[in-house]
Amino acid sequence: MQDLLRRYGFGLTLAMCLLVAFWLVMLVIVPNITLFEQSFRPYLPVTEVGGPKDVYSFNNYMKVFDGDVERSFLGFTFHIPVHVYTFGLTIFYSMVTTVICFVMAYPLAYFMAKIVNPKSLPTLILLLFIPLWVSEVLRAFAWWIILAFKGPLNALLLGVGLIEDPIRWTNMGYTGVVVGLVYTYVLFMLFPIYNAIQSLDTNQIEAAEDLGAPWWKIHWRIVLPHSKPGIASGSVMVFMLSAGSLLVPSILGSTTSQWFTQTIDQWFKDALDWNTASAYAFLLLLLCTVFVTVAMWLFKVKLSDIAK
Amino acid sequence: MSAGIDLENVCCDFGTFRAVDNANVSIRPGEFFSFLGPSGCGKTTILRMVSGFIEPTQGVIRIGGEDVRGKRPNQRPTALIFQNLALFPLMPIWENISFGLEVRGVDKATRRKKAEDLLKLVDLPGAADKMVSQLSGGQKQRVAIARALAVEPQVMLLDEPLSALDLKLRQHMRAELRAIQKRTGVTFIYITHDQGEALAMSDRVGVMSQGRIQQIADPREIYNNPVNGFVAGFVGENNVFEGTLGTVAGGMAGFDTAEGPFRARISAEAAGKPVKLYVRPEHTLLSATPGHENSLPVTVTEVSFEGAFISVHAQTEKGKILVAEIRNDGQATVPAMGAKLYALFAPDRAALLPDANVRA
Ligand SMILES: Nc1ncnc2c1ncn2[C@@H]1O[C@H](COP(=O)(O)OP(=O)(O)OP(=O)(O)O)[C@@H](O)[C@H]1O
Ligand SMILES: [Mg+2]
Repeated sequence: MQDLLRRYGFGLTLAMCLLVAFWLVMLVIVPNITLFEQSFRPYLPVTEVGGPKDVYSFNNYMKVFDGDVERSFLGFTFHIPVHVYTFGLTIFYSMVTTVICFVMAYPLAYFMAKIVNPKSLPTLILLLFIPLWVSEVLRAFAWWIILAFKGPLNALLLGVGLIEDPIRWTNMGYTGVVVGLVYTYVLFMLFPIYNAIQSLDTNQIEAAEDLGAPWWKIHWRIVLPHSKPGIASGSVMVFMLSAGSLLVPSILGSTTSQWFTQTIDQWFKDALDWNTASAYAFLLLLLCTVFVTVAMWLFKVKLSDIAK
Repeated sequence: MSAGIDLENVCCDFGTFRAVDNANVSIRPGEFFSFLGPSGCGKTTILRMVSGFIEPTQGVIRIGGEDVRGKRPNQRPTALIFQNLALFPLMPIWENISFGLEVRGVDKATRRKKAEDLLKLVDLPGAADKMVSQLSGGQKQRVAIARALAVEPQVMLLDEPLSALDLKLRQHMRAELRAIQKRTGVTFIYITHDQGEALAMSDRVGVMSQGRIQQIADPREIYNNPVNGFVAGFVGENNVFEGTLGTVAGGMAGFDTAEGPFRARISAEAAGKPVKLYVRPEHTLLSATPGHENSLPVTVTEVSFEGAFISVHAQTEKGKILVAEIRNDGQATVPAMGAKLYALFAPDRAALLPDANVRA
């Protein structure tokens, strides 16, 4: 603070602080608090808002437990409230997305950080970034085209002879969604891991090899532990972004896939019930946060590690 | 168990840059061998070729008589101690030390036992459960040595392991390293740019400059009979005279300089090359009377008392500064400033040496 004052003078410092405060208060805190408050009030016709029925309750939150359906998952059949089921699947497939992103990003990050010639690294990073310049909608549609029944993927697989009949990719439950999410968010996994591995002293890898370690042991004992904070922050980002994504599931979802954000969206737009929608949105936020916290605790990652 | 190492015509190129040029050396089993040279002369590169991180562009490396070309570091019986140690910061000390055993599938109890034995060997008992960050520089050093010894290598490769330590600790660790080497009988290849370290610790020293090995000999030979000006200059101080070579006969030669004619030793290899005259300060004597040869009048310009010896700077009539060191035996007379004396040196204490052996 003293530093800021000295460097920019009083006027500029005040202006900067006010702008940040404005952004935080008006664009983040106020709308969220409003929604939060709304989420505890019933959805009423305009005339009754503020009337005797307009009281705070958890009713909106309890709606997730309405409407039991029979579902089967991984061979088990059970009765479960439909929204809880959607929520569970959202968490599950967000995890799947996170794991796939990790499996794809880790080797690439290692390659970029330790193997590739530093001279060609900027080109490589540029190539990785180019897809990010295209809007998310276009990217999702691009995959929609790729995965289409008569699309290039099927054509390729048929051509190579791996499959005999074209596959309806976008009609296979969550396949399309997961593919789209991985594609959209994999870089959020790549760069934290890249940063972490890059900060590892190459001599440590060589020391391990010199002591006789095979490559997998070097990764398991040296590189992975060192890059754990990067993996953790990448995973948290990919997981949260996936669970909160609306666009990808809307475009690449199949008839049998339902993402929790789509449920929220339906409360907002189809039912016009903002109160329940807000309640669901906060549920998603809360439960994802709890889930991430538990996962971090399980993997013994500290928040301060991630911030690094 | 220890193995000898032979480098035969080994070269290493990085692009067009030749970091190691035609190295030939045969290191004996159980020997303490040092490579000595200034920064960037290719010492680390040689070590990395022996340990297997770089393949030589030409030539053969043998460890224990076996050609190791194409073998990865994890298949060679060498253990490298890195310039920055490269301990594993996320493992406790004992796991660091026993990492090589863990890799070999040794069970945990045995590993722990071995780690504690090695900690005793390097005089660091009770540190097994500490983390690397809790140790001092010298202690980390010992852990690195223990970690390398744990895999029972036939050859230990040490890349300037003491450079990060302060003087006192460095001297202590020198003795320690030497003792460990004697105790284990493992071949040590030691890299340093500190000539005192190399001369004090080694059985033999290889002096390097610009990728070439200049001389391989035991420390006394290196100091007393350097083969060229680079070696003479790198392992000690010299008074150097430029001039033209006169007649050579019986290992001695005349040498005409601006300061007058001198006579000095010359080796068979040096004869025919451009040479300079090198005299060590401790062989430069100051006398009130001129000698019958190799003597020139000087004026004392600076006297500094160094404790064990007295260093005297004296200027010749042509303005050249010579350095003479007088051993302080308790009754040595210290020349006065401005005193007019004669600097003398014995012909067999002065050498006519060519410049360093470098690429044309
Ligand atoms: N990977 C590399 N690519 C290109 N040049 C290199 C590489 N490694 C080393 N060199 C060059 O080779 C030469 C010798 O390097 P080396 O590391 O062997 O020096 P050194 O004798 O160990 O020096 P120091 O005492 O500073 O550690 C240096 O000029 C260096 O710039
Ligand atoms: Mg080096």
